[in-house]
Amino acid sequence: MSAQGLKRGSVAIVGAAEADLGQVVPETTPVDLMAQATLRALDDAGLKLSDVDGVFAAASQLSMASVDVCEYLGLQPKYQDSTRIGGSAFMSLLSHAHLALQSGLCSVAMITYGSTQRIMTRAAASPREWNQYETPYRMRSPVGAYALAASRHMAQYGTTRDQIAEVAVSARQWALLNPRAWEKDPLTIEDVKNARPVSTPFTVRDCCLVNDGGGAIIVTTAERAKSLKKPPVYVLGSGECMSHRNITSMADLTVTGAAVSGPQAFKAAGLKSSDVNVLGLYDAFTINPILFLEDLGFCPKGEGGRFVEGGRIAPGGELAVNTSGGGLSYCHPGMYGLMILIEQVRQVRGEAGKRQVKDCNVALAHGNGGVLSTQCTAILGSAATV
Amino acid sequence: MATDTTAASMAMNEMKVSPAATYIEYCKKGQLAYQVSLDDNQPFFYPRVAAPKTGSRNLEWRVSKGLGTVYATTTTTDVKKGNPDYNVVLIDIDEGFRMMSRVEDISSTEVKVGMRVKMRMHPGDDKNPPYPVFIPADAKSGAAK
Repeated sequence: MSAQGLKRGSVAIVGAAEADLGQVVPETTPVDLMAQATLRALDDAGLKLSDVDGVFAAASQLSMASVDVCEYLGLQPKYQDSTRIGGSAFMSLLSHAHLALQSGLCSVAMITYGSTQRIMTRAAASPREWNQYETPYRMRSPVGAYALAASRHMAQYGTTRDQIAEVAVSARQWALLNPRAWEKDPLTIEDVKNARPVSTPFTVRDCCLVNDGGGAIIVTTAERAKSLKKPPVYVLGSGECMSHRNITSMADLTVTGAAVSGPQAFKAAGLKSSDVNVLGLYDAFTINPILFLEDLGFCPKGEGGRFVEGGRIAPGGELAVNTSGGGLSYCHPGMYGLMILIEQVRQVRGEAGKRQVKDCNVALAHGNGGVLSTQCTAILGSAATV
Repeated sequence: MATDTTAASMAMNEMKVSPAATYIEYCKKGQLAYQVSLDDNQPFFYPRVAAPKTGSRNLEWRVSKGLGTVYATTTTTDVKKGNPDYNVVLIDIDEGFRMMSRVEDISSTEVKVGMRVKMRMHPGDDKNPPYPVFIPADAKSGAAK
C-alpha cells in the first residue's frame, strides 16, 4: 500500500513497550511475549485492554499471529491484520492501522510481535523454504544474500571492509548506552574483521543477534491521543516497496526498495532527509545501513561506506543512527521492525536516557524484510511537527 | 470399479509438465534452459507458467550457451565444522538473465565480480537432481554445451 490517502498526522503512537528481551525463560511462547508487551504498552498509554478494537500482529513462528494474540487476550476486535512480509511488517502494519483508524474501522489499534527464536533455535523458528533454483547452492540464508549485496557494493563502489565493519562498531557504541542491550562489551573494527567467518565479507559480528523478545505499540486517532498519558508521536508519512522475494530476482543489489519507500514517506510527511533528527535503519547485516543511508537520501549512491567512516553514525557523530544499538547489538528477535518503532517513539518523547538525541522532533523508522525484499519507511514526529 | 479421480483430475488440468520439472529434464541432458516470451522476445529466469510483467503465456524454452559473468560472490563457511568453504554467486548469463550458482575448480576466494565463467552440469546428489555450476571460462575442461 502506498502512502496515498493517509492523512499526515491523523494518527499517533501513544504507547510503546518491549517484552522480555534477550533470552527468555524456558517454555515461553511468542504469544506470551506479545501479551506481555501489549499490556505494558497499554499501561504506557494509560489505556485498558478493553479499549483495544484493532489488532495488528505478525510473527515468524505464527502463521495467524493476530488470531493467536486475540485468543490469548480474549479479544474480539472490530478489525485485525496479520500481514507477514518479514521484519518490515510492522511499518506496513502501522500504515494499515493508520488507514483503519482514519477510516473509522477501529479506534485503538495495537501492533505486536513476539519471538522465542533463541530458546527454540533459529532453524526451528524460521524454517527454510525450498527453491529449485537456489536451494542446491546452499546459500546460508538470509546472510548469504546480504553478503552478495555487500560484495557487489564493494566491487562497484570501492566500499571497504573497514567501512562495513564500522557499522557494527557504531551500533555497539550506542548499545553500551542502552541498559536493555544484549551486548555489553566494546567492539573494534579489528574485532569485527577477526570474528568467526560466516559468508564473506561478513563475520558473525556483521550479523544481527539471535534473540528472543518482542514488543507492542498502541496507535489511536490524533484527537484521542491528546488526552492520554504520554506525548503523542504522530505518524507523518509512510511508504513501501516490495521489490523481489529471492535475491536472484533483485535487479540491482546496490539499490533497495528504500529508494522508493523513502521518497514516498518524505513526500507524505512534507519533509526531507535533513529534517530527520534520528534514524532507525533495520541493520540485519552491516551492509544494510550503508544501503539505506544512500537509498533514503542521506548520502549519494555508492558513498555509504565513506559516509559511515570516522564515527559519523556513532554516539557523538553527525547523524544518530540506531540509537538502541540496533539488531546488531541491542536485540534482534527475528522480525526486528517493531523494535525500531519503539526506540523511535522513545527518542521523540525524550525518554531515551543516555542515548537521547537532543531536540528530537522527527524520527525515521526503516524496516527491511526477507533478503532486502520488502522495504517500509515510516516518519514519526512530535507535537511540534503537526 | 471406483473412478481414478487423480488421473481424471490431472487429465482436466492444463499443465502437463511443471516449469521446474521441464527445467530439471534439460539439466539431466546437461543443458541450462530458460524461457523467452515470444511476444516481446524477453528472456526470464526462473521458469514460470507465464512471463513476468506481461503475463504472456506465449513462451519458448531455449538452451543457453552457458556463458556468463559473475555479478556478485560470497565465500561461505559451511555450517558443519571441518567441511570446506564453498562459494555462492549470482551470474549474469549472456542471453540476458541472472541465476544463482557456484564457481568450481578454483579457490572460492579467487572468484571475483566481473569474472567470465562457463556452465558445467553438476550430476546432483541425494537431495538434488542435476544442477548447473560454473567454472572459469578460460578453463580447458567442461566446455559449455
